Amino acid sequence: MKQALKNAITLGGSLAVGAVSGFFGGGGGMLCVPLLEYSGLDVKRAHATALVVILPICIVSSVVYIIGGYFDLKQVSCACLGVCIGAAIGAKLLDKITSSAVAIVFAALMIAVGVKSMIP
Amino acid sequence: MTAEHVIILVSVVGGIIGGMGMGGGTLLIPLLTMCAVEQHMAQAINLMAFVPMSVVAILIHKKNGYICFKHAAPIASIALLSAALGSFAAGVAKGYVLRACFGAFLTVLGIIQMILAIRRAVKKYKAKKAEEKERKQKKEIAN
Repeated sequence: MKQALKNAITLGGSLAVGAVSGFFGGGGGMLCVPLLEYSGLDVKRAHATALVVILPICIVSSVVYIIGGYFDLKQVSCACLGVCIGAAIGAKLLDKITSSAVAIVFAALMIAVGVKSMIP
Repeated sequence: MTAEHVIILVSVVGGIIGGMGMGGGTLLIPLLTMCAVEQHMAQAINLMAFVPMSVVAILIHKKNGYICFKHAAPIASIALLSAALGSFAAGVAKGYVLRACFGAFLTVLGIIQMILAIRRAVKKYKAKKAEEKERKQKKEIAN
Protein backbone atom coordinates (compact mmCIF):
# COMPACT_ATOMS: atom_id res chain seq x y z
CA MET A 1 0.00 0.00 0.00
CA LYS A 2 2.72 2.41 1.00
CA GLN A 3 4.75 1.39 -2.02
CA ALA A 4 1.75 1.99 -4.29
CA LEU A 5 1.31 5.50 -2.86
CA LYS A 6 4.98 6.22 -3.36
CA ASN A 7 4.79 5.03 -6.95
CA ALA A 8 1.72 7.19 -7.55
CA ILE A 9 3.44 10.29 -6.15
CA THR A 10 6.53 9.63 -8.27
CA LEU A 11 4.41 9.11 -11.39
CA GLY A 12 2.30 12.22 -10.78
CA GLY A 13 5.35 14.27 -9.86
CA SER A 14 7.22 13.17 -12.97
CA LEU A 15 4.26 14.07 -15.19
CA ALA A 16 4.05 17.48 -13.49
CA VAL A 17 7.79 18.14 -13.93
CA GLY A 18 7.51 17.52 -17.68
CA ALA A 19 4.21 19.35 -18.18
CA VAL A 20 5.42 22.45 -16.31
CA SER A 21 8.77 22.52 -18.12
CA GLY A 22 7.10 22.15 -21.50
CA PHE A 23 4.19 24.51 -20.97
CA PHE A 24 6.02 27.27 -19.11
CA GLY A 25 9.40 26.74 -20.70
CA GLY A 26 11.07 26.26 -17.34
CA GLY A 27 10.49 25.79 -13.65
CA GLY A 28 10.45 22.00 -13.75
CA GLY A 29 13.60 21.90 -11.68
CA MET A 30 11.80 23.48 -8.76
CA LEU A 31 9.43 20.52 -8.69
CA CYS A 32 12.08 17.96 -9.57
CA VAL A 33 14.39 18.71 -6.62
CA PRO A 34 11.77 17.97 -3.92
CA LEU A 35 10.63 14.92 -5.91
CA LEU A 36 14.17 13.55 -5.93
CA GLU A 37 14.53 14.29 -2.22
CA TYR A 38 11.31 12.34 -1.71
CA SER A 39 12.83 9.40 -3.58
CA GLY A 40 15.67 9.35 -1.06
CA LEU A 41 18.42 11.69 -2.25
CA ASP A 42 20.05 14.31 -0.06
CA VAL A 43 19.77 18.01 -0.97
CA LYS A 44 23.06 18.28 -2.84
CA ARG A 45 22.53 15.10 -4.87
CA ALA A 46 18.93 16.07 -5.57
CA HIS A 47 20.02 19.43 -7.00
CA ALA A 48 22.69 17.84 -9.19
CA THR A 49 20.51 14.95 -10.34
CA ALA A 50 17.63 17.31 -11.20
CA LEU A 51 19.87 18.72 -13.96
CA VAL A 52 20.08 15.28 -15.57
CA VAL A 53 16.28 15.02 -15.51
CA ILE A 54 15.70 18.52 -16.88
CA LEU A 55 18.28 18.43 -19.68
CA PRO A 56 16.49 15.88 -21.95
CA ILE A 57 13.18 17.58 -21.19
CA CYS A 58 14.64 20.91 -22.26
CA ILE A 59 15.97 19.43 -25.49
CA VAL A 60 12.64 17.81 -26.42
CA SER A 61 10.66 20.94 -25.50
CA SER A 62 13.10 23.15 -27.43
CA VAL A 63 12.58 21.01 -30.53
CA VAL A 64 8.79 21.39 -30.23
CA TYR A 65 9.14 25.18 -29.79
CA ILE A 66 11.50 25.40 -32.76
CA ILE A 67 9.06 23.42 -34.93
CA GLY A 68 6.36 25.84 -33.75
CA GLY A 69 8.46 28.68 -35.17
CA TYR A 70 9.83 30.12 -31.94
CA PHE A 71 13.51 30.42 -32.72
CA ASP A 72 15.77 33.41 -33.14
CA LEU A 73 19.43 32.48 -33.41
CA LYS A 74 20.68 35.93 -32.39
CA GLN A 75 18.51 36.15 -29.28
CA VAL A 76 19.20 32.55 -28.25
CA SER A 77 22.97 32.89 -28.58
CA CYS A 78 22.92 36.16 -26.63
CA ALA A 79 20.94 34.45 -23.86
CA CYS A 80 23.26 31.41 -23.83
CA LEU A 81 26.28 33.67 -23.46
CA GLY A 82 24.67 35.71 -20.68
CA VAL A 83 23.35 32.73 -18.74
CA CYS A 84 26.70 30.94 -18.81
CA ILE A 85 28.55 34.04 -17.54
CA GLY A 86 25.88 34.56 -14.89
CA ALA A 87 25.92 30.93 -13.77
CA ALA A 88 29.68 31.03 -13.22
CA ILE A 89 29.32 34.18 -11.09
CA GLY A 90 26.33 32.71 -9.23
CA ALA A 91 28.16 29.48 -8.40
CA LYS A 92 31.06 31.50 -6.96
CA LEU A 93 28.72 33.72 -4.95
CA LEU A 94 26.92 30.70 -3.56
CA ASP A 95 29.77 29.91 -1.16
CA LYS A 96 29.84 33.45 0.13
CA ILE A 97 26.30 34.63 0.65
CA THR A 98 23.77 31.85 1.11
CA SER A 99 21.85 33.53 3.86
CA SER A 100 18.16 33.24 4.58
CA ALA A 101 17.85 36.94 3.81
CA VAL A 102 18.81 36.32 0.17
CA ALA A 103 16.27 33.51 -0.10
CA ILE A 104 13.50 35.66 1.38
CA VAL A 105 14.26 38.61 -0.90
CA PHE A 106 14.31 36.25 -3.86
CA ALA A 107 10.94 34.73 -2.91
CA ALA A 108 9.43 38.21 -2.58
CA LEU A 109 10.78 39.07 -6.02
CA MET A 110 9.17 35.93 -7.49
CA ILE A 111 5.79 36.81 -5.99
CA ALA A 112 6.02 40.41 -7.24
CA VAL A 113 6.98 39.37 -10.77
CA GLY A 114 4.31 36.64 -10.75
CA VAL A 115 1.54 39.01 -9.74
CA LYS A 116 2.69 41.57 -12.30
CA SER A 117 2.61 38.91 -15.06
CA MET A 118 -0.98 38.04 -14.17
CA ILE A 119 -2.14 41.63 -14.72
CA PRO A 120 -2.78 42.12 -18.43
CA MET B 1 22.48 49.66 -26.06
CA THR B 2 20.74 47.39 -28.57
CA ALA B 3 18.14 44.71 -27.88
CA GLU B 4 20.89 42.06 -27.97
CA HIS B 5 22.85 43.81 -25.25
CA VAL B 6 19.74 43.94 -23.09
CA ILE B 7 19.19 40.19 -23.56
CA ILE B 8 22.80 39.41 -22.58
CA LEU B 9 22.53 41.62 -19.50
CA VAL B 10 19.21 40.12 -18.41
CA SER B 11 20.54 36.58 -19.02
CA VAL B 12 23.56 37.28 -16.82
CA VAL B 13 21.15 38.20 -14.01
CA GLY B 14 19.10 35.05 -14.64
CA GLY B 15 22.28 32.96 -14.74
CA ILE B 16 23.53 34.36 -11.43
CA ILE B 17 20.26 33.47 -9.74
CA GLY B 18 20.27 30.04 -11.39
CA GLY B 19 23.89 29.42 -10.44
CA MET B 20 22.97 30.11 -6.84
CA GLY B 21 20.45 27.29 -7.12
CA MET B 22 17.35 29.43 -6.86
CA GLY B 23 15.59 28.66 -10.13
CA GLY B 24 16.98 31.35 -12.39
CA GLY B 25 15.07 29.98 -15.35
CA THR B 26 11.75 30.90 -13.89
CA LEU B 27 12.93 34.48 -13.46
CA LEU B 28 14.69 34.76 -16.82
CA ILE B 29 11.36 34.37 -18.66
CA PRO B 30 9.59 37.37 -17.03
CA LEU B 31 12.82 39.38 -17.23
CA LEU B 32 12.88 38.76 -20.98
CA THR B 33 9.20 39.61 -21.47
CA MET B 34 9.79 42.87 -19.57
CA CYS B 35 12.39 43.65 -22.24
CA ALA B 36 9.72 43.30 -24.95
CA VAL B 37 10.44 39.67 -25.88
CA GLU B 38 7.21 37.79 -26.71
CA GLN B 39 6.11 35.19 -24.11
CA HIS B 40 6.50 32.08 -26.32
CA MET B 41 9.86 33.30 -27.55
CA ALA B 42 11.02 34.03 -24.00
CA GLN B 43 10.12 30.49 -22.97
CA ALA B 44 11.90 29.03 -26.00
CA ILE B 45 15.01 31.11 -25.23
CA ASN B 46 14.99 29.96 -21.62
CA LEU B 47 14.74 26.30 -22.65
CA MET B 48 17.59 26.56 -25.14
CA ALA B 49 19.85 28.64 -22.90
CA PHE B 50 19.53 26.00 -20.19
CA VAL B 51 21.10 23.29 -22.37
CA PRO B 52 24.77 24.43 -22.56
CA MET B 53 24.76 25.63 -18.95
CA SER B 54 23.40 22.35 -17.60
CA VAL B 55 25.82 20.25 -19.64
CA VAL B 56 28.74 22.04 -17.98
CA ALA B 57 27.12 21.77 -14.54
CA ILE B 58 26.37 18.06 -15.03
CA LEU B 59 29.98 17.33 -15.97
CA ILE B 60 31.22 19.11 -12.83
CA HIS B 61 28.70 17.38 -10.56
CA LYS B 62 29.43 13.99 -12.14
CA LYS B 63 33.11 14.35 -11.30
CA ASN B 64 32.13 15.02 -7.70
CA GLY B 65 29.81 12.02 -7.70
CA TYR B 66 26.63 13.94 -6.96
CA ILE B 67 24.59 12.54 -9.83
CA CYS B 68 22.40 9.46 -9.37
CA PHE B 69 21.26 8.20 -12.76
CA LYS B 70 19.26 5.45 -11.08
CA HIS B 71 16.97 8.05 -9.52
CA ALA B 72 16.89 10.29 -12.59
CA ALA B 73 15.96 7.69 -15.21
CA PRO B 74 12.37 6.81 -14.19
CA ILE B 75 11.41 10.46 -13.60
CA ALA B 76 13.02 11.65 -16.84
CA SER B 77 11.40 8.97 -18.99
CA ILE B 78 7.89 9.80 -17.78
CA ALA B 79 8.48 13.55 -17.76
CA LEU B 80 9.67 13.48 -21.37
CA LEU B 81 6.19 12.49 -22.53
CA SER B 82 4.37 15.20 -20.61
CA ALA B 83 7.03 17.72 -21.65
CA ALA B 84 6.27 17.11 -25.32
CA LEU B 85 2.52 17.44 -24.63
CA GLY B 86 3.08 20.58 -22.53
CA SER B 87 5.16 22.18 -25.28
CA PHE B 88 2.47 21.47 -27.88
CA ALA B 89 -0.15 22.96 -25.54
CA ALA B 90 2.01 26.07 -25.09
CA GLY B 91 2.27 26.44 -28.86
CA VAL B 92 -1.53 26.44 -29.13
CA ALA B 93 -2.10 28.82 -26.19
CA LYS B 94 -2.31 32.57 -26.78
CA GLY B 95 0.56 34.71 -25.51
CA TYR B 96 -1.39 36.57 -22.84
CA VAL B 97 -3.01 33.34 -21.55
CA LEU B 98 0.40 31.75 -21.24
CA ARG B 99 1.73 34.85 -19.49
CA ALA B 100 -1.10 34.88 -16.95
CA CYS B 101 -0.74 31.14 -16.24
CA PHE B 102 2.98 31.63 -15.87
CA GLY B 103 2.39 34.50 -13.45
CA ALA B 104 0.12 32.33 -11.30
CA PHE B 105 2.68 29.52 -11.32
CA LEU B 106 5.47 31.90 -10.33
CA THR B 107 3.39 33.38 -7.52
CA VAL B 108 2.65 29.94 -6.05
CA LEU B 109 6.31 28.96 -6.27
CA GLY B 110 7.29 32.27 -4.64
CA ILE B 111 4.90 31.73 -1.73
CA ILE B 112 6.22 28.19 -1.17
CA GLN B 113 9.82 29.44 -1.30
CA MET B 114 8.97 32.25 1.10
CA ILE B 115 7.46 29.85 3.65
CA LEU B 116 10.45 27.49 3.38
CA ALA B 117 12.97 30.34 3.67
CA ILE B 118 11.28 31.85 6.73
CA ARG B 119 11.03 28.44 8.37
CA ARG B 120 14.72 27.83 7.78
CA ALA B 121 15.59 31.27 9.15
CA VAL B 122 13.54 30.68 12.32
CA LYS B 123 15.16 27.27 12.81
CA LYS B 124 18.64 28.73 12.44
CA TYR B 125 17.82 31.54 14.88
CA LYS B 126 16.48 29.10 17.47
CA ALA B 127 19.53 26.86 17.16
CA LYS B 128 21.77 29.88 17.68
CA LYS B 129 19.82 30.94 20.76
CA ALA B 130 19.98 27.43 22.24
CA GLU B 131 23.71 27.31 21.65
CA GLU B 132 24.20 30.65 23.38
CA LYS B 133 22.19 29.50 26.35
CA GLU B 134 24.24 26.34 26.65
CA ARG B 135 27.47 28.30 26.53
CA LYS B 136 26.23 30.64 29.26
CA GLN B 137 25.28 27.72 31.47
CA LYS B 138 28.68 26.13 30.99
CA LYS B 139 30.33 29.41 31.94
CA GLU B 140 28.27 29.63 35.11
CA ILE B 141 29.20 26.09 36.06
CA ALA B 142 32.84 26.85 35.48
CA ASN B 143 32.59 29.88 37.73
